[in-house]
Amino acid sequence: MISFYLNDQPIRTGEAPASTLLDFVRYHEHLKGTKIGCREGDCGACTVLVGELAPDGLTVNYQSMTSCLTPLGNAHGKHVATVEGINAAAGQLTPVQQAIVDEGGSQCGFCTVGFVMSLTGHSLSEKPATEKNTIAAIDGNICRCTGYKSLERAAARLTAELADRPNANALAWLSEKQFVPAYFAGIPAQLAKLRPETNAAAASSAASAASTTTAHANGGSTVSTSPNGHCQSQNGHDSPAAHPFAHPLLGGGTDLLVQRLEELREQPVRLVFDQSGRRGIRQEAGGRVVLGAATTASHLLESELMRGLIPQLPQYLKLVSSTPIRNMGTVAGNFINGSPIGDLTIMFLALGASITLANPAGGTRELALPDLYLDYKKLAKTPEEQVTEISFPTPLPGDFFHFEKVSKRTHLDIASVNSAAWLRVENGLIQQARISAGGVGPVPLYLARTSAFVVGRELTADTVLAANAVMQAEISPISDVRGTADYKRLLLRQLLWAHFLQFAPELEEAM
Amino acid sequence: MNHLDPNRHVRGESQYLDDVLVQQGTLYAAVFESPLAHGVLRSLDFSAALLAPGVARILTADDIPGINQIGGIVPDEPLLATGHVHFRGQPVALVLARTEAQAHAALKLIEVEIDPLPIITDPRVAAAQGELIVPPRTFKIGDSQAAWAACAHVFEGVAESGGQEHLYIETQGAYAFPTEMGGVRMISSTQGPTAVQRHTAHVLGLGMHQIEVDVTRLGGGFGGKEDQATPWGALAALGAFITKKPVKLVLDRMADMRMTGKRHPYSSDFKIGLDADLKIVAYEVTFFQNAGAAADLSPAVMERTLFHATNSYFVPNVTATAYSCRTNLPPNTAFRGFGGPQGMFVIESAIAKAAEELGVPASTIQRKNLLREGDLFSYRQPAEMCHAEQAWDTAGRHYDLASLWAEVEQFNQTNKLKKKGFAVMPICFGISFTKTPMNQARALVHIYSDGSVGVSTGAVEMGQGVNTKIAHVAARTLGISVNRVKVESTNTTRVANTSPSAASATADLNGKATEMACAALRERLLRHAETEYTLNYEGLEIHDEQVLAAGVPAETNWEKLVSSAFWKRVALTENAHYATPDLHFDATTNTGHPFAYHVYGTAFTTVTVDCLRGTYTVDALRIAHDFGHSFNEVIDRGQIEGGAVQGIGWMTMEEIAYNAEGRLLSNSLNSYKIPDIYAAPAVLDVHFLDTPGHPKAILRSKAVGEPPLMYGIGTYFALRDAVRAFQGHTALPFSAPLTPEKVLGGLYPDFANGQTSPPAPLQKRGEPVPQQ
Repeated sequence: MISFYLNDQPIRTGEAPASTLLDFVRYHEHLKGTKIGCREGDCGACTVLVGELAPDGLTVNYQSMTSCLTPLGNAHGKHVATVEGINAAAGQLTPVQQAIVDEGGSQCGFCTVGFVMSLTGHSLSEKPATEKNTIAAIDGNICRCTGYKSLERAAARLTAELADRPNANALAWLSEKQFVPAYFAGIPAQLAKLRPETNAAAASSAASAASTTTAHANGGSTVSTSPNGHCQSQNGHDSPAAHPFAHPLLGGGTDLLVQRLEELREQPVRLVFDQSGRRGIRQEAGGRVVLGAATTASHLLESELMRGLIPQLPQYLKLVSSTPIRNMGTVAGNFINGSPIGDLTIMFLALGASITLANPAGGTRELALPDLYLDYKKLAKTPEEQVTEISFPTPLPGDFFHFEKVSKRTHLDIASVNSAAWLRVENGLIQQARISAGGVGPVPLYLARTSAFVVGRELTADTVLAANAVMQAEISPISDVRGTADYKRLLLRQLLWAHFLQFAPELEEAM
Repeated sequence: MNHLDPNRHVRGESQYLDDVLVQQGTLYAAVFESPLAHGVLRSLDFSAALLAPGVARILTADDIPGINQIGGIVPDEPLLATGHVHFRGQPVALVLARTEAQAHAALKLIEVEIDPLPIITDPRVAAAQGELIVPPRTFKIGDSQAAWAACAHVFEGVAESGGQEHLYIETQGAYAFPTEMGGVRMISSTQGPTAVQRHTAHVLGLGMHQIEVDVTRLGGGFGGKEDQATPWGALAALGAFITKKPVKLVLDRMADMRMTGKRHPYSSDFKIGLDADLKIVAYEVTFFQNAGAAADLSPAVMERTLFHATNSYFVPNVTATAYSCRTNLPPNTAFRGFGGPQGMFVIESAIAKAAEELGVPASTIQRKNLLREGDLFSYRQPAEMCHAEQAWDTAGRHYDLASLWAEVEQFNQTNKLKKKGFAVMPICFGISFTKTPMNQARALVHIYSDGSVGVSTGAVEMGQGVNTKIAHVAARTLGISVNRVKVESTNTTRVANTSPSAASATADLNGKATEMACAALRERLLRHAETEYTLNYEGLEIHDEQVLAAGVPAETNWEKLVSSAFWKRVALTENAHYATPDLHFDATTNTGHPFAYHVYGTAFTTVTVDCLRGTYTVDALRIAHDFGHSFNEVIDRGQIEGGAVQGIGWMTMEEIAYNAEGRLLSNSLNSYKIPDIYAAPAVLDVHFLDTPGHPKAILRSKAVGEPPLMYGIGTYFALRDAVRAFQGHTALPFSAPLTPEKVLGGLYPDFANGQTSPPAPLQKRGEPVPQQ
């Protein structure tokens, strides 16, 4: 059973965990405010809020998610709010809705609810609202009618209204101002009550789909079912033998529910977010940074540790999908999807990342990230092996790290070519280097030869030109919908320049 | 007054097709498509599919009781393929099953044998092989041939503009119910309810009166649901008619993108001649329109290209010829601008080419040649109430053109790897259906005995705010609050024989009909007041729901007056018919007076190109637009902003890609990109020009739907300007969209000659492309 709150109603359902939250909301619960635009997370018309009980058990943190890619199982233990759950009584408009109406931010209206939900989620956020982050909250919402300017005006108005939001007890203020209905105040307690139930029940929900027999379901399984990722396993230890390891592993759903929804919803799945100890970003004494396998792109962004190590991380991640997708998609999922242009993969290749793989027998092994990729979508791991952790050596202060991405549309698009570079430079000479590139081969490429080539050289234009010659021989782009092979070659040359210009701006003179 | 619908939109309470409560027993339909772009259909094997769970029936052309034909202008498009298939995605069969998932699962079990035939995707190849949808058309004024000799400068070139996916966020669909009379009632997401009704009647072999089409609203149309909503309506109706059960058919996004046509790509040859003073003396242009596999609206789109071939300029000698070329792609169709943007892109390219060769700013040539009052278009209609120069000059003053230029100049002098570009884009767009008979509309207005009002017209609300405008017209004409007025769904049983909501003319046509109906009702009520309250009819009016006699409140108000009229058996319903006066056009001579009026405007575009990466931003779009007397500035501004950004998308990132086999490569939202919020210009200013409007425009508020799209064309030329600021020797072709790939190629033209890889066939790596 999957148990959660949908608006102000408790839900207990035996629907398949890998079916989509969107279908559940629209066709099971007949809440038709949430619209279907693309079913691949690219339009935001189906955006809902998913609230998770904080470890303190007193507050709920809401994130916007595209319900088309949210596995129903990931709603377990959460509060899902659709537009019907934030509408005020008697036809009154919330401040978000009023701002959109007043500024002409809705024309045909089909995308509108998505914008309303994204902005409502932003209102519920703890961070002070700025014009920039209010716009960022709707970066995953596509509108074909308005040209966005009216929505920008609505966002600006909202930002001004949110300036009065107090830091303490913001929910009471938001409720009083009718951003959300009063029942939101009672949600933390309701979710807290769900906790024991979800802990007991989710093992089976994670392992079984409604449409299949219970052959795999093991209600007494020791799989920890922490809805929020902070609870510990009931028994202290997972018993590997009880894991249905053959079942597909599902994280945020942002790749798999695009690619394999019909197949996955017919079978049991393992839900990464239901596994214990998969979250959190920590720095180990040995100097490595370790990420749990359930770390999402948004977790990277929220991590002070990561932002401290890579100050430009927010700018880089702004180029990676959109707010709701970043809230859902995991770093490990990006690796395992094996896309030749996976943005996070390219970043972590240059960071020198490796992954820890656990097998059903309980054994683990480390694998350097470049070694994961054998050929297009072919990985050096068995289907049963699961990423449990990702780690990389802590960059030192003064190290250069930079990420570049060019796509047809700058934001919320798949790269034509992306690239990352990490350099350690001493006395004007490159001591160590790791350069990666995506979209120029069958796998996300760690450019070993190019990286080795620049070591011992200076940060000069000559080095760039010579490195480019090595790099061009190391890549094998093909022509596809993201660009011709020639374009990708030229573009990667330019991105190599961009890395070096970032590290040594004076090189511009030499161009 | 704001757009009325958004109050419901923001609460998620507006009902779109897929939100309608499903009736018990409904069957779900899925369309089996041709997997090849051209071939002879040898056999279809449904044996496995029919055994699949939930499958009720699979329909083919053989099941059609009437005529298997849905071509609107030319009868060349079967509803379901028979004999031959002509494009990938062409509907071949319809699976009906108990659930949507079952219907889609069964599609995979259908076996089809097709003998492949040669595939054409290029319009010039089609033209060379005589594959034309209709005979070519030529618009001609003066004698361009004779004029070349007198020109100081003559330039020739090629210009190409790409297709554009409508990307209405609500996909196509229909929900059909069998009626007790043996006909079909359906809800359709269409801009043209009458087209759906008419073609469905033909397909089912019934009278049109047996088919009822109802439209509440669309989640976007943009022309994509003008003619191309018809197949889905007719297919759902066929299913309902045959099975006697409700049938629902909603295309998923990728099916919608694969199966439906888009804006027509054009490839064109131009030749432009100027005198020593840079006046355009002659212009010759040949348009090759990529029509796709069937006519659809292509002949009409082609005609509008010819109407707008000279945009906002006066050219005394014009020869413009257009070929509508049959290719093995989905039939291309209406899209905001309807061929006009494609025509304008070519003359703007010709002017840019002349300017670049002569070393003068394009704007010098543009400004010198703007239309003036009384100038003749090639089709002989004069420019009347012409605001071309006013728009340009007002924009120049309002936005300080000289300083905008200086900013660009200065930026480019101080920046090496970033360059700004600037372009002026004047527009002139004719308002009316160019097929004169379509310029008619009706309104049915009921005043209920409690004083509330229901208005039915042929207008379809798709976000453009037409219902709000009609409600406003009714309220204003009757002298009552808009809160009393409800605009009803668009239904073929209430208002028949309607034109589609298209051509920017919906509010004009249906608004005028509404105004006439309401004026008749008002007069009738005031005549009643005259006798009932013994008042002098002269000077009687209704204002803010109060009856005034010579400005003095009379003893009655709206509610009382309506009630008393009802009891005195006064008719409180009126049906009015409006036909735009003075329109005529002779399609044999290509001359006449096809447009009620023209809309003018000018846009300034500033862009910045990142010359390292080939990426760019549209910094500012500053528009001066001829609204006439706008009576709803929120709606009208929204149309300008939305249209302009759509135009920017067409010129920049929206790239339709088919491979040589006619397979759509840009087949989902992850591979076809429309502007997101960050792609909208940072500055988008709209200045309302002080123009008098036009008496043929509703309340003198000019049509506003399509014209702003063409402001986006300026973005192409501004980007080109910036690329040339970095790389003066670039041979950047006149080819839109100007994607980051083309920009980078323009910035570094030598790269391709230096280090290249062997050419690889255009293919997509891996399926499906993952989310990033």
